[in-house]
Amino acid sequence: MMPTVRLAFSPAPVHVRTARLVGVAVARRAGVAEDLLDEVRLAIGEACTRAVTLHRQYGLSDLVEVEMTDAPGYAVRVIDRAPIEAGLGLTTLPPDELADEALTDEALTTGVGFALLAGFVENLQVRPVDEGIGTEVRMDWPVRR
Amino acid sequence: MELSLATRTAEDHTVLAVGGEVDVYTAPRLRERLIELIDAGARKVIVDLGGVDFLDSTGLGVLVGALKRLRAVSGTFALVCDKEPLLKIFRITALDQVFPLYRSVDEAIAADSGSGA
Repeated sequence: MMPTVRLAFSPAPVHVRTARLVGVAVARRAGVAEDLLDEVRLAIGEACTRAVTLHRQYGLSDLVEVEMTDAPGYAVRVIDRAPIEAGLGLTTLPPDELADEALTDEALTTGVGFALLAGFVENLQVRPVDEGIGTEVRMDWPVRR
Repeated sequence: MELSLATRTAEDHTVLAVGGEVDVYTAPRLRERLIELIDAGARKVIVDLGGVDFLDSTGLGVLVGALKRLRAVSGTFALVCDKEPLLKIFRITALDQVFPLYRSVDEAIAADSGSGA
């Protein structure tokens, strides 16, 4: 499926907001229900934040890519170019570990970010990209026609 | 909307009112302000999220960081939030079991004073 809108941005935190705004605009245009748009905004933000964080962690200047497709449903792919072992190491954290003194801020943010993705996206897939190095986070939402 | 931060004192509590979007770009400013307040001696801190219209994992990480810093100096930390979309974020991440969450600043102050903390 060819993407409807494709966006690529340098891995800087300031651009994540732009990705969220574009993602929600395309979702609205695609027919995603209004009451889901907050979740779309949050999920795209989390996926892009994750990608930006990984690129910075590995010193990569490659662009983070976001592809949005509006048929048959609204699908978003966020693609990073970090080593796969880093990208797939996503886990949710149990409540008693969240405020654990030994937990680093980075680990906490990663765990919480993944909990938000898993909680807000009904159909979430995290997998290696088909070509080259990197991971794609794929998210789908239903649309009303 | 850009991040806004305003500090005031209510009884013996330091209230930081946050507005706008707290995300990977703006969260470092929130972290700096919280650290400044704690370093300056604030021990009963309430963060009022009433004006926040977006909060992501980075922002949540900053809030947990402040909670830990205050615990380390025998301080208290509470959040004020009455917006359902934000409350849902706390529930999904299980952080509603980590933070004392109140509907209003008055409620947070009353609960903190009542606990003798």
